[in-house]
Amino acid sequence: MYLNNKMLFSIHILADEEFDELCFEFGLELDEITSEKEILIREQGGEKAEGASDVVLYKIDVPANRYDLLCLEGLVRGLQVFKEKLEAPRYKRVSPADGGEPQRLVITEETASVRPHAVAAVLRNITFTQERYESFIELQEKLHQNICRKRTLVAIGTHDLDTISGPFTYTAKPPGEIRFKPLSQSREYTAAELMSLYKTDSHLRHYLHIIENEPLYPIIYDSNGIVLSMPPIINGDHSKISLNTKNIFIECTATDLTKAKITLDMVVTMFSVYCDEPFTVEEAEVVYPDGRLSVYPELAYRTETLSGDFINKRVGINESAESIAQLLTRMCLRSEVSGEGDLIQVEIPPTRADVIHACDIMEDAAIAYGFNNIVRSTPRTYTVANQLPVNKLTELLRQDLTAAGFTEALTFALCSEEDIADKLRKNITETRAVHISNPKTADFQVARTSLLPGLLKTIAANRKMPLPLKLFEISDVVLKDETKDVGARNNRRLCAVYYNKSPGFEVIHGLLDRVMQLLDVKPGRNQGYHIQASYLKIYFNDSTFFPGRCAEIFSCGKSIGHLGVLHPDVISRFELTMPCSAIDIDIEPFL
Amino acid sequence: MADNGLLESVLRLVEKVDGGTDSQDVAADLGVDHQVIVGAVKSLQALGEVISAEQKSSRHWELTGEGREIAEQGSHEARVFNAIPDEGLPQNQLMKMPSGKVGFSKAMSNKWIRLDKAHEGGPRVFKTVEAIEDTVRDKLQLVQKGQSAKLEDKEKNELKKRKLLSEVTVKSYWITKGSSFSTTITKQETELTPEMIASGSWKEKKFKPYNFEAMGVAPDCGHLHPLMKVRTQFRQIFLEMGFTEMPTNNFIESSFWNFDSLFQPQQHPARDQHDTFFISDPALAHEFPQDYLERVKKVHSEGGYGSQGYKYDWKIEEAQKNLLRTHTTAVSARMLYKLAQQKFTPVKYFSIDRVFRNETLDATHLAEFHQIEGVVADYGLTLGNLMGILHQFFTKLGLKKWVEVGNSGVFRPEMLLPMGLPEGVSVIAWGLSLERYVDTHT
Repeated sequence: MYLNNKMLFSIHILADEEFDELCFEFGLELDEITSEKEILIREQGGEKAEGASDVVLYKIDVPANRYDLLCLEGLVRGLQVFKEKLEAPRYKRVSPADGGEPQRLVITEETASVRPHAVAAVLRNITFTQERYESFIELQEKLHQNICRKRTLVAIGTHDLDTISGPFTYTAKPPGEIRFKPLSQSREYTAAELMSLYKTDSHLRHYLHIIENEPLYPIIYDSNGIVLSMPPIINGDHSKISLNTKNIFIECTATDLTKAKITLDMVVTMFSVYCDEPFTVEEAEVVYPDGRLSVYPELAYRTETLSGDFINKRVGINESAESIAQLLTRMCLRSEVSGEGDLIQVEIPPTRADVIHACDIMEDAAIAYGFNNIVRSTPRTYTVANQLPVNKLTELLRQDLTAAGFTEALTFALCSEEDIADKLRKNITETRAVHISNPKTADFQVARTSLLPGLLKTIAANRKMPLPLKLFEISDVVLKDETKDVGARNNRRLCAVYYNKSPGFEVIHGLLDRVMQLLDVKPGRNQGYHIQASYLKIYFNDSTFFPGRCAEIFSCGKSIGHLGVLHPDVISRFELTMPCSAIDIDIEPFL
Repeated sequence: MADNGLLESVLRLVEKVDGGTDSQDVAADLGVDHQVIVGAVKSLQALGEVISAEQKSSRHWELTGEGREIAEQGSHEARVFNAIPDEGLPQNQLMKMPSGKVGFSKAMSNKWIRLDKAHEGGPRVFKTVEAIEDTVRDKLQLVQKGQSAKLEDKEKNELKKRKLLSEVTVKSYWITKGSSFSTTITKQETELTPEMIASGSWKEKKFKPYNFEAMGVAPDCGHLHPLMKVRTQFRQIFLEMGFTEMPTNNFIESSFWNFDSLFQPQQHPARDQHDTFFISDPALAHEFPQDYLERVKKVHSEGGYGSQGYKYDWKIEEAQKNLLRTHTTAVSARMLYKLAQQKFTPVKYFSIDRVFRNETLDATHLAEFHQIEGVVADYGLTLGNLMGILHQFFTKLGLKKWVEVGNSGVFRPEMLLPMGLPEGVSVIAWGLSLERYVDTHT
């Protein structure tokens, strides 16, 4: 996020270095110091940047689950509390000041199939400025992208309460029956019309899929039938907020109630600072189809009790319970030593939805203590190292294959169906290949079932190198295997190719002999290894190899792979021109 | 190679002049073709520092075949003129002469002769002047004597147009004495032979110097892939630190082990179709440790083990979805679960293997890369321990600044306790990308 540094003068930070250090201490990363002008120059060239502001901007990386740091209001508040310039505010849910009934949102049962949850709240007597207003809009957008998962889980709607009148109804209707004037449009549209209107909208088109194929679309009306919003797509124009809005009705509709509550808490805790009674939020009632009534926002405070010893032991420091309580208080987790041993009562405010376990509290204590102040120490864990046998064997063979004059290639484990089937003259159904459901390109349709296509592609990419080309790879292929929990397993293979003006079968055969010598398997029919013509393959399988130039390799009576001269069609399909021989064996039997 | 007699003649000539001589002059002096001298110069150069020869090129005029003929026999027009007796010659007879056609028209335009078409017995040619001056021949003879400088450019170009002269570039050598100049030739041997060793003849022989500037012949060997060499280095470091290698040879993983077991909620963006490769065949995993799965479900949806949980509707269907693992931490989860099923002993584990992300391939995005991962499980491990072991690891790599190389942390209790690991056991871990490390540090 970008911050305007003028806004931070209130915490007396003047030098960039100091701000950088403060961010680090607070567990954030100051990514970049820049300005609107610099950003424009970089992204659109010097001309566009003329006249742009050169006020310093800080770009800060905020941890994904720290929703309370997504807007300037929250970040400044957090830093002020951290520097002990401010006590963390207490957020209060209050009843309407006039003693009247709270605003009410009634959920009908039609929403159940599409977006069943909703929560609501009211911000009373708020004062916007241009900057506050922009920040308010921006926070909603950031929450939408973040915790709301691009509006799939939660969608926020904010309305000028003085333009509408409750009770409000959250229901779902067929798109043809919904008709209203949406934000930024000059006339009324039906929901169906809106869906096609927004197909070309660079922003809104990304959200259409959420309800597009539903028979009923979610919709919120006021008591006069005015449309507040059609979540999660668009608000109505009638209730739109402006710089002059004084009272805001906030609704969040959701498929995930927990996230809706957190989202609502975030919006109201961050912006209630601008209400006449700062940090107070007027309650709203939500009535469920079964008649249950809930009051929102929850603004729940929770207390965890943990010991100073727990923190010390997990972080690796030795601080008193009082000092730890102080560290946590600076992180907006108001803490007190309970007086019972070294127990500390830690209060988790509604802004810290990310704290769900004592370990999160421990982490905040470590941040406040300063990671750089923690003394490094070596664990005393005594263990004996073991190599994974298949990797140990792979490492040894790789060394020896290079000594035998072959060069190691590293190729992708994913490839196209064509690579492992058509190009090798095989039928895809016989490959036992694992198929990917959502590849972005044809290069990632399947996991490879053979190392050969990768090596042939590597040769094609290196055709200019002097002949002969001698390449190998020892790596995993993936095969379907019903005996495994996931239905597939890896298989470690050794593959080598010889590419020259003559096929060089004897070279590849010699490599097999060398590999077998290294594996301590002697030539022979029974306890040793041998190769024999694989005629069957020619007649019953569309073979990768040239007829009569392919042999199956047996070790201790078990087939472990093939070697031979590649079929000319295979050579051509990989855009090669020279004869080529290859060996492909499973090395797992030698473990 | 030119014969030694010629070579020595060349050397004697070079000896006589101070400051060197041109190979063309040498050719003229010795009365041999220039190319022969060029060959001799090359042979002398091969003998070492006997002479030094600098190549130069010069342009000069040379007679063509026709030009030489004219220099000897006179121009065509002169030959025509001389062939005509005082009483004239029939035109048809004149035309039969070798120079007839060309000579006739040139002599006509020079007004040396005239044609009497009305002569009885056919057209007849008569001389019109007593004597002529054959300037073409004179000019060519000048060029032949090497005095082409006496002609004007215009004259030379005229003759060139008539294909009597041509301008040629001659590459010659400027020969000077070398540092070991001598007028006698000793033949140099190229290589030591078994015969020389046997006979001892090597003692008398001179050997041709080697060119140490040239590259050697590349050895006939293969090479390991550079990235795999770095993988071996990392592997070695882990082994030296007492870490045991995890079985990461399972690219296909279930969402359960890749995400759920790590307490990654089911709506997490990493589980999006845009980021992860899901599998259509075999689409689902069908076997899980059932009681563990129930505990994972509970900690996600309701919390427990001191956690609030994520409070959402956890679905087995989501956990069953097969995918290409997005990190090797899926294997770490399997290993830690396995560890929890036995009486606890501390472990240190590592792996370096492929992981997959659903990216469009370009210079900075790879759909697959190698993840390096280290894991330590023991009672009472601290953040100080994590920083200590990272320090040791990166010191072995020779890196002083390592904060931005990868990620590190402590596994959450919501991940470890449902597996059945004892309460006091902490697991610290770190990971980095092999490709990214190689790109930024080598």
